[in-house]
Amino acid sequence: MSDHEYTPKSKVGKWFNDRLPLLTLANHLTDYPTPKNLNYWWTFGGILTFCLITQIITGIVLGMHYVAHADLAFQSVEHIMRDVNYGWLIRYVHANGASMFFLAVYIHIFRSLYYGSYKSPREVIWIIGMLIYFLMMATAFMGYVLPWGQMSFWGATVITNLFSAIPLVGESITNWLWGGYSVDNPTLTRFFSLHYLFPFLILGLVVLHIWALHVPGNNNPIGIDIKKPSKDTVPFHPYIVIKDAFALLIFLLIFAFFVFFSPNILGHADNYIEANPLVTPAHIVPEWYLLPFYAILRSVPDKLLGVIAMFAAIFVLVILPWLDTSKVRSTVFRPIYKQFYWFLVADVLILGYVGAMPAEGLYLLIARVATAYYFVHFLVILPFLGMKEKTTPLPLSITEPVLGGSTDMAMARNNSDFKEKL
Amino acid sequence: MSDSEKKKPNRRDFIVTATTAAGAVGVGAVVWPLVDQMNPDASVKALASTEVDISAVEPGQSITVLWRGKPVFIKRRTKEEIESARAVDLSELKHPEKDEDRAKNPEWLVMLGVCTHLGCVPLNDKGDYGAWFCPCHGSHYDTSGRIRKGPAPTNMEVPKYEFVNSNTIKIG
Repeated sequence: MSDHEYTPKSKVGKWFNDRLPLLTLANHLTDYPTPKNLNYWWTFGGILTFCLITQIITGIVLGMHYVAHADLAFQSVEHIMRDVNYGWLIRYVHANGASMFFLAVYIHIFRSLYYGSYKSPREVIWIIGMLIYFLMMATAFMGYVLPWGQMSFWGATVITNLFSAIPLVGESITNWLWGGYSVDNPTLTRFFSLHYLFPFLILGLVVLHIWALHVPGNNNPIGIDIKKPSKDTVPFHPYIVIKDAFALLIFLLIFAFFVFFSPNILGHADNYIEANPLVTPAHIVPEWYLLPFYAILRSVPDKLLGVIAMFAAIFVLVILPWLDTSKVRSTVFRPIYKQFYWFLVADVLILGYVGAMPAEGLYLLIARVATAYYFVHFLVILPFLGMKEKTTPLPLSITEPVLGGSTDMAMARNNSDFKEKL
Repeated sequence: MSDSEKKKPNRRDFIVTATTAAGAVGVGAVVWPLVDQMNPDASVKALASTEVDISAVEPGQSITVLWRGKPVFIKRRTKEEIESARAVDLSELKHPEKDEDRAKNPEWLVMLGVCTHLGCVPLNDKGDYGAWFCPCHGSHYDTSGRIRKGPAPTNMEVPKYEFVNSNTIKIG
Protein backbone atom coordinates (compact mmCIF):
# COMPACT_ATOMS: atom_id res chain seq x y z
CA MET A 1 0.00 0.00 0.00
CA SER A 2 2.85 2.37 0.71
CA ASP A 3 3.49 4.55 -2.28
CA HIS A 4 7.25 4.28 -2.02
CA GLU A 5 9.23 1.17 -2.97
CA TYR A 6 10.90 -0.44 -0.02
CA THR A 7 14.46 -1.78 -0.10
CA PRO A 8 16.00 -3.43 2.96
CA LYS A 9 19.18 -1.75 4.15
CA SER A 10 21.28 -4.86 4.82
CA LYS A 11 22.62 -7.08 2.07
CA VAL A 12 21.21 -10.20 3.72
CA GLY A 13 17.85 -8.49 4.09
CA LYS A 14 17.84 -7.54 0.44
CA TRP A 15 18.84 -11.06 -0.60
CA PHE A 16 16.02 -12.56 1.46
CA ASN A 17 13.43 -9.96 0.51
CA ASP A 18 14.06 -10.54 -3.18
CA ARG A 19 13.16 -14.18 -2.64
CA LEU A 20 10.31 -13.77 -0.11
CA PRO A 21 9.17 -10.16 0.43
CA LEU A 22 8.37 -10.55 4.14
CA LEU A 23 10.32 -7.39 4.96
CA THR A 24 8.24 -5.45 2.47
CA LEU A 25 5.16 -6.71 4.25
CA ALA A 26 6.59 -5.74 7.65
CA ASN A 27 7.44 -2.32 6.28
CA HIS A 28 3.93 -1.91 4.91
CA LEU A 29 2.45 -2.81 8.31
CA THR A 30 4.64 -0.37 10.24
CA ASP A 31 4.37 2.53 7.76
CA TYR A 32 0.68 1.92 7.05
CA PRO A 33 -0.88 5.41 6.91
CA THR A 34 -3.63 5.71 9.51
CA PRO A 35 -6.11 8.57 9.96
CA LYS A 36 -4.81 10.74 12.75
CA ASN A 37 -8.20 11.30 14.38
CA LEU A 38 -8.86 7.66 15.32
CA ASN A 39 -10.37 7.55 18.81
CA TYR A 40 -10.20 4.77 21.40
CA TRP A 41 -13.11 2.90 19.83
CA TRP A 42 -10.63 2.02 17.09
CA THR A 43 -8.37 0.13 19.46
CA PHE A 44 -10.62 -2.92 19.62
CA GLY A 45 -9.19 -4.52 16.47
CA GLY A 46 -5.89 -4.95 18.27
CA ILE A 47 -7.66 -6.06 21.45
CA LEU A 48 -9.59 -8.69 19.47
CA THR A 49 -6.41 -10.05 17.91
CA PHE A 50 -5.02 -10.35 21.42
CA CYS A 51 -8.19 -12.18 22.55
CA LEU A 52 -7.98 -14.67 19.68
CA ILE A 53 -4.32 -15.46 20.36
CA THR A 54 -5.06 -15.83 24.09
CA GLN A 55 -7.90 -18.27 23.39
CA ILE A 56 -5.74 -20.30 21.02
CA ILE A 57 -2.79 -20.55 23.44
CA THR A 58 -4.87 -21.33 26.54
CA GLY A 59 -7.01 -23.71 24.48
CA ILE A 60 -4.04 -25.69 23.20
CA VAL A 61 -2.77 -26.03 26.76
CA LEU A 62 -6.19 -27.13 28.08
CA GLY A 63 -6.38 -29.68 25.26
CA MET A 64 -3.30 -31.35 26.76
CA HIS A 65 -5.26 -32.23 29.93
CA TYR A 66 -8.88 -32.43 28.83
CA VAL A 67 -10.44 -35.79 27.91
CA ALA A 68 -13.20 -35.65 25.29
CA HIS A 69 -15.38 -38.51 26.51
CA ALA A 70 -18.87 -38.39 28.00
CA ASP A 71 -17.75 -40.43 31.05
CA LEU A 72 -14.51 -38.56 31.65
CA ALA A 73 -14.92 -34.99 30.41
CA PHE A 74 -16.49 -33.59 33.59
CA GLN A 75 -13.85 -35.22 35.80
CA SER A 76 -11.03 -34.09 33.54
CA VAL A 77 -12.16 -30.47 33.84
CA GLU A 78 -12.20 -30.81 37.64
CA HIS A 79 -8.76 -32.42 37.33
CA ILE A 80 -7.57 -29.35 35.44
CA MET A 81 -9.03 -27.10 38.14
CA ARG A 82 -7.60 -29.00 41.11
CA ASP A 83 -4.53 -30.99 40.07
CA VAL A 84 -2.90 -29.47 37.01
CA ASN A 85 -0.30 -26.81 37.85
CA TYR A 86 -1.94 -23.43 37.21
CA GLY A 87 -4.79 -25.34 35.56
CA TRP A 88 -7.33 -23.17 37.39
CA LEU A 89 -5.70 -20.04 35.99
CA ILE A 90 -5.48 -21.29 32.42
CA ARG A 91 -9.08 -22.53 32.41
CA TYR A 92 -10.45 -19.35 33.98
CA VAL A 93 -8.54 -17.26 31.44
CA HIS A 94 -9.98 -19.41 28.64
CA ALA A 95 -13.55 -19.36 29.96
CA ASN A 96 -13.59 -15.65 30.80
CA GLY A 97 -11.52 -14.97 27.70
CA ALA A 98 -14.50 -16.05 25.61
CA SER A 99 -16.67 -13.45 27.34
CA MET A 100 -13.99 -10.79 26.96
CA PHE A 101 -13.68 -11.70 23.28
CA PHE A 102 -17.41 -11.15 22.77
CA LEU A 103 -17.41 -7.95 24.84
CA ALA A 104 -14.70 -6.59 22.54
CA VAL A 105 -16.36 -7.84 19.37
CA TYR A 106 -19.68 -6.20 20.29
CA ILE A 107 -17.92 -2.89 20.92
CA HIS A 108 -16.06 -3.33 17.61
CA ILE A 109 -19.33 -4.03 15.73
CA PHE A 110 -21.20 -1.11 17.31
CA ARG A 111 -18.20 1.12 16.49
CA SER A 112 -18.68 0.12 12.88
CA LEU A 113 -22.40 0.83 13.09
CA TYR A 114 -21.82 4.29 14.59
CA TYR A 115 -19.14 5.44 12.18
CA GLY A 116 -20.51 3.68 9.08
CA SER A 117 -17.40 1.56 8.62
CA TYR A 118 -19.46 -1.08 6.80
CA LYS A 119 -20.25 1.27 3.91
CA SER A 120 -18.61 1.43 0.49
CA PRO A 121 -15.76 0.70 -0.09
CA ARG A 122 -15.53 -1.47 3.05
CA GLU A 123 -18.39 -3.93 2.50
CA VAL A 124 -16.10 -6.95 2.14
CA ILE A 125 -14.30 -6.14 5.40
CA TRP A 126 -17.71 -6.02 7.07
CA ILE A 127 -18.91 -9.31 5.58
CA ILE A 128 -15.71 -11.11 6.55
CA GLY A 129 -16.17 -9.62 10.01
CA MET A 130 -19.69 -11.04 10.20
CA LEU A 131 -18.35 -14.47 9.14
CA ILE A 132 -15.81 -14.22 11.95
CA TYR A 133 -18.58 -13.27 14.37
CA PHE A 134 -20.69 -16.24 13.25
CA LEU A 135 -17.76 -18.65 13.62
CA MET A 136 -17.03 -17.15 17.03
CA MET A 137 -20.57 -17.96 18.16
CA ALA A 138 -20.28 -21.52 16.84
CA THR A 139 -16.88 -21.97 18.50
CA ALA A 140 -18.03 -20.55 21.82
CA PHE A 141 -21.15 -22.72 21.79
CA MET A 142 -19.16 -25.90 21.15
CA GLY A 143 -16.59 -24.92 23.75
CA TYR A 144 -19.32 -24.49 26.35
CA VAL A 145 -20.43 -28.08 25.70
CA LEU A 146 -17.01 -29.58 26.45
CA PRO A 147 -17.10 -29.49 30.31
CA TRP A 148 -20.16 -31.78 30.01
CA GLY A 149 -22.10 -30.12 32.80
CA GLN A 150 -25.88 -29.74 32.89
CA MET A 151 -25.86 -26.43 31.00
CA SER A 152 -23.39 -27.88 28.48
CA PHE A 153 -25.63 -30.83 27.79
CA TRP A 154 -28.96 -29.02 27.68
CA GLY A 155 -27.60 -26.03 25.84
CA ALA A 156 -26.28 -28.43 23.21
CA THR A 157 -29.63 -30.22 23.11
CA VAL A 158 -31.62 -27.03 22.61
CA ILE A 159 -29.29 -25.52 20.00
CA THR A 160 -28.86 -28.69 17.93
CA ASN A 161 -32.62 -29.19 18.04
CA LEU A 162 -32.94 -25.88 16.18
CA PHE A 163 -32.09 -27.88 13.06
CA SER A 164 -35.00 -30.26 13.66
CA ALA A 165 -37.24 -27.34 12.67
CA ILE A 166 -36.19 -27.82 9.05
CA PRO A 167 -39.08 -29.48 7.20
CA LEU A 168 -38.63 -33.11 6.00
CA VAL A 169 -34.91 -33.55 6.62
CA GLY A 170 -34.78 -31.94 10.09
CA GLU A 171 -34.62 -35.18 12.04
CA SER A 172 -31.99 -36.76 9.79
CA ILE A 173 -29.87 -33.64 10.12
CA THR A 174 -30.06 -33.58 13.92
CA ASN A 175 -29.23 -37.31 14.10
CA TRP A 176 -26.30 -36.65 11.80
CA LEU A 177 -25.11 -33.76 13.98
CA TRP A 178 -25.44 -35.87 17.12
CA GLY A 179 -24.08 -39.11 15.70
CA GLY A 180 -26.95 -40.80 17.54
CA TYR A 181 -30.49 -40.18 18.71
CA SER A 182 -29.59 -37.62 21.35
CA VAL A 183 -26.63 -35.52 22.46
CA ASP A 184 -24.11 -38.10 23.66
CA ASN A 185 -20.48 -39.16 23.45
CA PRO A 186 -20.22 -38.93 19.63
CA THR A 187 -21.55 -35.37 19.85
CA LEU A 188 -18.97 -34.44 22.47
CA THR A 189 -16.00 -35.82 20.53
CA ARG A 190 -16.94 -34.06 17.28
CA PHE A 191 -17.59 -30.80 19.11
CA PHE A 192 -14.10 -31.06 20.62
CA SER A 193 -12.57 -31.65 17.21
CA LEU A 194 -14.40 -28.69 15.64
CA HIS A 195 -13.85 -26.45 18.66
CA TYR A 196 -10.13 -27.00 18.11
CA LEU A 197 -10.38 -26.31 14.38
CA PHE A 198 -12.59 -23.22 14.21
CA PRO A 199 -10.22 -20.73 15.92
CA PHE A 200 -7.72 -21.40 13.14
CA LEU A 201 -10.41 -20.72 10.53
CA ILE A 202 -11.13 -17.49 12.42
CA LEU A 203 -7.41 -16.68 12.35
CA GLY A 204 -7.40 -17.14 8.57
CA LEU A 205 -10.44 -14.89 8.21
CA VAL A 206 -8.76 -12.30 10.45
CA VAL A 207 -5.85 -12.18 8.00
CA LEU A 208 -8.34 -11.59 5.15
CA HIS A 209 -10.19 -9.01 7.30
CA ILE A 210 -6.98 -7.04 7.82
CA TRP A 211 -5.91 -7.48 4.21
CA ALA A 212 -9.28 -6.15 3.04
CA LEU A 213 -8.90 -3.28 5.52
CA HIS A 214 -5.51 -2.31 4.15
CA VAL A 215 -6.88 -1.85 0.64
CA PRO A 216 -9.07 1.23 1.29
CA GLY A 217 -7.45 1.98 4.68
CA ASN A 218 -9.18 2.77 7.96
CA ASN A 219 -12.43 4.62 8.22
CA ASN A 220 -12.30 7.42 10.81
CA PRO A 221 -14.60 9.22 13.25
CA ILE A 222 -15.71 11.81 10.71
CA GLY A 223 -16.07 9.16 8.05
CA ILE A 224 -14.71 11.14 5.08
CA ASP A 225 -12.34 9.82 2.45
CA ILE A 226 -8.78 10.95 3.07
CA LYS A 227 -5.65 10.94 0.99
CA LYS A 228 -2.97 8.51 2.11
CA PRO A 229 -0.34 9.30 3.09
CA SER A 230 -1.06 12.97 3.77
CA LYS A 231 -1.34 15.55 6.53
CA ASP A 232 -4.41 13.61 7.65
CA THR A 233 -2.50 10.42 8.41
CA VAL A 234 0.14 9.13 10.77
CA PRO A 235 2.21 5.94 10.36
CA PHE A 236 0.79 2.91 12.17
CA HIS A 237 4.03 2.53 14.08
CA PRO A 238 4.63 4.00 16.60
CA TYR A 239 1.49 6.16 16.84
CA ILE A 240 -1.28 3.57 16.63
CA VAL A 241 0.78 0.77 18.13
CA ILE A 242 1.34 2.68 21.35
CA LYS A 243 -2.29 3.78 21.56
CA ASP A 244 -3.52 0.21 20.97
CA ALA A 245 -1.09 -1.05 23.60
CA PHE A 246 -2.41 1.43 26.16
CA ALA A 247 -6.02 0.48 25.43
CA LEU A 248 -5.10 -3.19 25.67
CA LEU A 249 -3.65 -2.62 29.14
CA ILE A 250 -6.90 -1.04 30.33
CA PHE A 251 -8.82 -3.93 28.77
CA LEU A 252 -6.53 -6.40 30.56
CA LEU A 253 -7.39 -4.76 33.90
CA ILE A 254 -11.05 -5.64 33.33
CA PHE A 255 -10.10 -9.11 32.05
CA ALA A 256 -7.93 -9.73 35.12
CA PHE A 257 -10.69 -8.54 37.42
CA PHE A 258 -13.00 -11.27 36.13
CA VAL A 259 -10.33 -13.98 36.12
CA PHE A 260 -9.05 -13.30 39.64
CA PHE A 261 -12.03 -11.89 41.53
CA SER A 262 -15.20 -13.33 40.00
CA PRO A 263 -14.24 -16.08 37.57
CA ASN A 264 -17.66 -17.75 37.68
CA ILE A 265 -19.94 -14.73 37.60
CA LEU A 266 -20.48 -15.00 33.84
CA GLY A 267 -21.14 -18.76 33.96
CA HIS A 268 -23.98 -20.83 35.40
CA ALA A 269 -23.87 -22.80 38.65
CA ASP A 270 -25.74 -25.64 36.91
CA ASN A 271 -22.65 -26.38 34.85
CA TYR A 272 -20.89 -27.67 37.96
CA ILE A 273 -23.40 -30.54 37.94
CA GLU A 274 -22.45 -33.37 35.60
CA ALA A 275 -24.65 -33.80 32.51
CA ASN A 276 -27.79 -35.85 33.15
CA PRO A 277 -29.98 -36.73 30.14
CA LEU A 278 -32.98 -37.41 32.43
CA VAL A 279 -33.22 -34.02 34.11
CA THR A 280 -33.48 -30.65 32.41
CA PRO A 281 -32.39 -27.72 34.60
CA ALA A 282 -35.31 -25.50 35.62
CA HIS A 283 -34.06 -22.57 33.60
CA ILE A 284 -31.87 -23.01 30.54
CA VAL A 285 -30.03 -19.90 29.42
CA PRO A 286 -27.19 -19.58 26.96
CA GLU A 287 -24.10 -17.56 27.74
CA TRP A 288 -24.74 -13.82 27.96
CA TYR A 289 -23.34 -13.04 24.52
CA LEU A 290 -25.97 -15.14 22.77
CA LEU A 291 -28.94 -13.83 24.77
CA PRO A 292 -30.31 -11.28 22.24
CA PHE A 293 -30.59 -14.00 19.59
CA TYR A 294 -32.07 -16.41 22.11
CA ALA A 295 -34.72 -13.79 22.97
CA ILE A 296 -35.59 -13.46 19.27
CA LEU A 297 -35.87 -17.25 18.97
CA ARG A 298 -38.24 -17.48 21.92
CA SER A 299 -40.36 -14.48 21.01
CA VAL A 300 -41.83 -16.26 17.97
CA PRO A 301 -44.50 -18.78 18.96
CA ASP A 302 -43.83 -21.06 15.97
CA LYS A 303 -40.83 -23.40 16.02
CA LEU A 304 -39.67 -23.06 12.41
CA LEU A 305 -40.40 -19.32 12.22
CA GLY A 306 -38.55 -18.77 15.50
CA VAL A 307 -35.45 -20.43 14.09
CA ILE A 308 -35.76 -18.48 10.85
CA ALA A 309 -36.13 -15.20 12.78
CA MET A 310 -33.01 -15.96 14.78
CA PHE A 311 -30.86 -16.66 11.73
CA ALA A 312 -32.43 -13.70 9.92
CA ALA A 313 -31.31 -11.46 12.78
CA ILE A 314 -27.72 -12.34 11.90
CA PHE A 315 -28.30 -12.25 8.16
CA VAL A 316 -29.66 -8.67 8.16
CA LEU A 317 -26.31 -7.66 9.59
CA VAL A 318 -24.50 -9.30 6.67
CA ILE A 319 -26.50 -7.33 4.08
CA LEU A 320 -26.37 -4.12 6.13
CA PRO A 321 -24.12 -2.27 3.62
CA TRP A 322 -26.99 -2.40 1.14
CA LEU A 323 -29.78 -1.72 3.64
CA ASP A 324 -28.29 1.56 4.79
CA THR A 325 -28.81 3.87 1.83
CA SER A 326 -27.11 6.93 3.34
CA LYS A 327 -23.88 7.96 1.62
CA VAL A 328 -22.69 9.75 4.75
CA ARG A 329 -20.69 7.33 6.88
CA SER A 330 -20.26 8.93 10.27
CA THR A 331 -23.25 9.31 12.60
CA VAL A 332 -21.69 12.59 13.71
CA PHE A 333 -23.27 14.19 10.63
CA ARG A 334 -26.58 12.28 10.79
CA PRO A 335 -28.69 13.91 13.54
CA ILE A 336 -31.73 11.65 13.10
CA TYR A 337 -29.84 8.41 12.59
CA LYS A 338 -27.91 9.19 15.76
CA GLN A 339 -31.12 8.81 17.76
CA PHE A 340 -32.09 5.59 16.01
CA TYR A 341 -28.58 4.27 16.62
CA TRP A 342 -29.03 4.62 20.36
CA PHE A 343 -32.54 3.12 20.12
CA LEU A 344 -30.93 0.06 18.48
CA VAL A 345 -28.30 -0.17 21.22
CA ALA A 346 -31.07 -0.02 23.83
CA ASP A 347 -33.14 -2.54 21.86
CA VAL A 348 -30.30 -5.07 21.74
CA LEU A 349 -29.62 -4.61 25.47
CA ILE A 350 -33.32 -5.13 26.22
CA LEU A 351 -33.33 -8.27 24.06
CA GLY A 352 -30.32 -9.52 26.00
CA TYR A 353 -32.09 -8.87 29.29
CA VAL A 354 -35.37 -10.59 28.39
CA GLY A 355 -33.38 -13.45 26.84
CA ALA A 356 -32.11 -14.23 30.34
CA MET A 357 -35.61 -14.08 31.86
CA PRO A 358 -38.34 -16.74 31.64
CA ALA A 359 -40.32 -16.59 28.39
CA GLU A 360 -43.67 -15.65 29.87
CA GLY A 361 -45.96 -12.73 30.71
CA LEU A 362 -44.51 -9.26 30.43
CA TYR A 363 -41.04 -10.55 29.45
CA LEU A 364 -42.48 -12.30 26.44
CA LEU A 365 -44.36 -9.18 25.38
CA ILE A 366 -41.23 -7.03 25.71
CA ALA A 367 -39.25 -9.63 23.75
CA ARG A 368 -41.77 -9.51 20.93
CA VAL A 369 -41.80 -5.72 20.71
CA ALA A 370 -37.99 -5.60 20.85
CA THR A 371 -37.68 -8.32 18.17
CA ALA A 372 -40.06 -6.44 15.89
CA TYR A 373 -38.16 -3.21 16.43
CA TYR A 374 -34.83 -4.91 15.66
CA PHE A 375 -36.06 -5.90 12.21
CA VAL A 376 -37.85 -2.58 11.63
CA HIS A 377 -34.58 -0.77 12.34
CA PHE A 378 -32.67 -2.65 9.65
CA LEU A 379 -35.38 -3.29 7.09
CA VAL A 380 -37.47 -0.11 7.28
CA ILE A 381 -35.76 2.72 9.15
CA LEU A 382 -32.28 2.40 7.61
CA PRO A 383 -33.34 2.25 3.92
CA PHE A 384 -35.81 5.14 4.21
CA LEU A 385 -33.82 7.33 6.57
CA GLY A 386 -30.87 7.27 4.18
CA MET A 387 -33.06 8.79 1.46
CA LYS A 388 -34.87 11.37 3.60
CA GLU A 389 -32.40 12.52 6.22
CA LYS A 390 -30.79 15.95 5.89
CA THR A 391 -27.20 15.52 7.00
CA THR A 392 -24.99 18.29 8.35
CA PRO A 393 -22.11 19.47 6.12
CA LEU A 394 -19.01 17.29 5.96
CA PRO A 395 -15.56 18.80 6.52
CA LEU A 396 -13.13 18.66 3.59
CA SER A 397 -10.39 17.01 5.57
CA ILE A 398 -9.55 15.78 9.04
CA THR A 399 -7.25 18.70 9.71
CA GLU A 400 -9.87 21.29 8.77
CA PRO A 401 -12.02 21.29 11.92
CA VAL A 402 -8.95 20.74 14.11
CA LEU A 403 -6.92 23.65 12.75
CA GLY A 404 -10.01 25.85 12.53
CA GLY A 405 -10.06 25.68 16.31
CA SER A 406 -13.76 24.84 16.29
CA THR A 407 -15.94 21.85 15.65
CA ASP A 408 -18.19 24.10 13.61
CA MET A 409 -17.16 22.95 10.14
CA ALA A 410 -18.88 25.77 8.33
CA MET A 411 -16.92 28.34 10.28
CA ALA A 412 -13.68 26.56 9.57
CA ARG A 413 -14.46 26.33 5.89
CA ASN A 414 -15.18 30.05 5.68
CA ASN A 415 -11.99 30.94 7.39
CA SER A 416 -10.01 32.10 4.35
CA ASP A 417 -6.92 32.72 6.37
CA PHE A 418 -6.89 29.13 7.33
CA LYS A 419 -7.66 27.86 3.86
CA GLU A 420 -4.39 29.23 2.59
CA LYS A 421 -2.51 27.28 5.19
CA LEU A 422 -4.03 24.11 3.87
CA MET B 1 -10.22 -26.83 -34.16
CA SER B 2 -12.72 -26.83 -36.98
CA ASP B 3 -13.36 -23.61 -38.84
CA SER B 4 -17.06 -24.20 -39.32
CA GLU B 5 -19.47 -21.73 -37.64
CA LYS B 6 -21.42 -24.43 -35.85
CA LYS B 7 -18.83 -26.09 -33.72
CA LYS B 8 -19.38 -29.81 -33.54
CA PRO B 9 -18.14 -31.53 -30.39
CA ASN B 10 -14.72 -32.89 -31.19
CA ARG B 11 -12.60 -35.49 -29.43
CA ARG B 12 -11.12 -32.93 -27.04
CA ASP B 13 -14.60 -31.83 -25.89
CA PHE B 14 -15.43 -35.45 -25.26
CA ILE B 15 -12.33 -35.88 -23.11
CA VAL B 16 -13.11 -32.73 -21.10
CA THR B 17 -16.70 -33.84 -20.45
CA ALA B 18 -15.70 -37.39 -19.59
CA THR B 19 -12.92 -36.23 -17.26
CA THR B 20 -15.22 -33.76 -15.48
CA ALA B 21 -17.91 -36.41 -15.03
CA ALA B 22 -15.44 -38.99 -13.73
CA GLY B 23 -13.93 -36.34 -11.47
CA ALA B 24 -17.33 -35.41 -10.03
CA VAL B 25 -18.12 -39.05 -9.26
CA GLY B 26 -14.69 -39.43 -7.68
CA VAL B 27 -15.14 -36.34 -5.49
CA GLY B 28 -18.58 -37.59 -4.44
CA ALA B 29 -17.16 -41.01 -3.56
CA VAL B 30 -14.49 -39.37 -1.40
CA VAL B 31 -16.81 -36.86 0.29
CA TRP B 32 -19.62 -39.26 1.19
CA PRO B 33 -17.62 -41.38 3.70
CA LEU B 34 -16.45 -38.14 5.32
CA VAL B 35 -20.06 -36.99 5.70
CA ASP B 36 -21.57 -40.36 6.60
CA GLN B 37 -19.05 -41.06 9.38
CA MET B 38 -20.99 -38.51 11.43
CA ASN B 39 -24.25 -40.52 11.25
CA PRO B 40 -25.24 -42.83 14.13
CA ASP B 41 -22.70 -45.68 14.16
CA ALA B 42 -23.21 -49.42 14.58
CA SER B 43 -22.66 -49.36 18.36
CA VAL B 44 -25.27 -46.64 18.77
CA LYS B 45 -27.75 -48.50 16.57
CA ALA B 46 -27.09 -51.73 18.48
CA LEU B 47 -28.70 -50.22 21.58
CA ALA B 48 -31.98 -49.96 19.72
CA SER B 49 -34.26 -51.74 22.21
CA THR B 50 -34.65 -51.98 25.97
CA GLU B 51 -36.91 -53.98 28.31
CA VAL B 52 -38.51 -52.37 31.36
CA ASP B 53 -40.06 -54.01 34.42
CA ILE B 54 -43.25 -52.12 35.28
CA SER B 55 -44.61 -54.32 38.07
CA ALA B 56 -43.80 -51.75 40.79
CA VAL B 57 -45.51 -48.79 39.13
CA GLU B 58 -48.64 -47.68 41.01
CA PRO B 59 -51.61 -45.93 39.35
CA GLY B 60 -50.85 -42.23 38.95
CA GLN B 61 -47.12 -42.90 39.07
CA SER B 62 -44.70 -42.24 36.25
CA ILE B 63 -41.24 -43.70 35.70
CA THR B 64 -38.53 -42.50 33.36
CA VAL B 65 -36.16 -44.86 31.61
CA LEU B 66 -33.33 -44.19 29.20
CA TRP B 67 -33.69 -45.47 25.63
CA ARG B 68 -31.28 -44.46 22.87
CA GLY B 69 -29.94 -41.76 25.19
CA LYS B 70 -33.39 -40.26 25.51
CA PRO B 71 -35.79 -40.39 28.45
CA VAL B 72 -38.97 -42.44 27.98
CA PHE B 73 -41.93 -41.72 30.24
CA ILE B 74 -43.95 -44.75 31.30
CA LYS B 75 -47.03 -43.48 33.08
CA ARG B 76 -49.68 -45.63 34.72
CA ARG B 77 -52.66 -43.35 34.39
CA THR B 78 -55.55 -43.01 36.83
CA LYS B 79 -59.16 -43.36 35.68
CA GLU B 80 -59.65 -39.57 35.79
CA GLU B 81 -56.58 -38.98 33.65
CA ILE B 82 -57.73 -41.48 31.05
CA GLU B 83 -61.20 -39.95 31.01
CA SER B 84 -59.91 -36.40 30.67
CA ALA B 85 -57.58 -37.51 27.83
CA ARG B 86 -60.37 -39.29 25.97
CA ALA B 87 -62.95 -36.55 26.50
CA VAL B 88 -60.97 -33.96 24.51
CA ASP B 89 -62.50 -32.80 21.24
CA LEU B 90 -59.94 -33.40 18.48
CA SER B 91 -60.68 -30.02 16.89
CA GLU B 92 -59.15 -28.34 19.98
CA LEU B 93 -55.79 -29.97 19.30
CA LYS B 94 -52.82 -28.46 17.51
CA HIS B 95 -51.70 -31.96 16.49
CA PRO B 96 -54.90 -34.02 16.46
CA GLU B 97 -54.36 -37.58 17.67
CA LYS B 98 -56.86 -39.81 19.49
CA ASP B 99 -55.82 -40.93 22.95
CA GLU B 100 -56.94 -44.43 21.87
CA ASP B 101 -54.21 -44.38 19.21
CA ARG B 102 -51.54 -43.10 21.56
CA ALA B 103 -52.22 -45.51 24.42
CA LYS B 104 -53.35 -48.92 23.13
CA ASN B 105 -53.64 -50.10 26.72
CA PRO B 106 -55.35 -47.04 28.24
CA GLU B 107 -53.76 -47.52 31.65
CA TRP B 108 -50.24 -47.25 30.26
CA LEU B 109 -48.95 -44.23 28.39
CA VAL B 110 -45.48 -44.78 26.91
CA MET B 111 -43.82 -41.88 25.13
CA LEU B 112 -40.50 -40.13 24.58
CA GLY B 113 -40.01 -37.64 27.39
CA VAL B 114 -38.66 -35.13 24.95
CA CYS B 115 -40.35 -31.83 24.24
CA THR B 116 -40.90 -31.57 20.49
CA HIS B 117 -39.87 -27.91 20.58
CA LEU B 118 -36.16 -28.02 21.35
CA GLY B 119 -35.68 -31.31 23.15
CA CYS B 120 -35.89 -30.55 26.87
CA VAL B 121 -37.41 -33.03 29.32
CA PRO B 122 -40.88 -31.87 30.41
CA LEU B 123 -41.79 -31.96 34.11
CA ASN B 124 -44.49 -34.33 35.35
CA ASP B 125 -47.71 -33.15 37.10
CA LYS B 126 -47.18 -29.54 36.04
CA GLY B 127 -48.73 -27.03 33.68
CA ASP B 128 -52.24 -25.95 32.72
CA TYR B 129 -53.43 -29.49 31.94
CA GLY B 130 -52.15 -31.18 35.09
CA ALA B 131 -49.81 -33.38 33.10
CA TRP B 132 -46.51 -32.25 31.56
CA PHE B 133 -44.93 -28.86 31.28
CA CYS B 134 -41.65 -28.04 29.56
CA PRO B 135 -39.67 -25.53 31.64
CA CYS B 136 -37.46 -24.41 28.77
CA HIS B 137 -39.90 -22.54 26.57
CA GLY B 138 -43.26 -23.16 28.23
CA SER B 139 -45.03 -25.94 26.31
CA HIS B 140 -48.04 -27.51 28.07
CA TYR B 141 -49.01 -31.14 27.38
CA ASP B 142 -52.18 -32.97 28.44
CA THR B 143 -52.60 -36.37 30.12
CA SER B 144 -52.13 -38.03 26.74
CA GLY B 145 -48.85 -36.15 26.11
CA ARG B 146 -50.46 -34.01 23.44
CA ILE B 147 -49.34 -30.43 22.89
CA ARG B 148 -52.00 -27.99 24.07
CA LYS B 149 -50.26 -24.68 24.55
CA GLY B 150 -46.81 -23.24 23.78
CA PRO B 151 -44.24 -23.37 20.98
CA ALA B 152 -43.90 -27.17 20.53
CA PRO B 153 -45.25 -28.17 17.13
CA THR B 154 -46.30 -31.78 17.79
CA ASN B 155 -47.35 -34.20 20.53
CA MET B 156 -44.69 -36.07 22.42
CA GLU B 157 -43.68 -39.02 20.28
CA VAL B 158 -44.91 -42.51 21.05
CA PRO B 159 -42.07 -44.95 20.30
CA LYS B 160 -42.54 -48.49 19.01
CA TYR B 161 -43.15 -50.68 22.06
CA GLU B 162 -44.91 -53.88 23.07
CA PHE B 163 -45.97 -55.70 26.23
CA VAL B 164 -43.73 -58.76 26.48
CA ASN B 165 -45.92 -59.90 29.39
CA SER B 166 -48.13 -58.01 31.83
CA ASN B 167 -45.10 -56.84 33.81
CA THR B 168 -42.62 -56.03 31.07
CA ILE B 169 -42.55 -53.48 28.27
CA LYS B 170 -40.08 -53.73 25.42
CA ILE B 171 -39.26 -50.35 23.87
CA GLY B 172 -37.81 -50.22 20.38
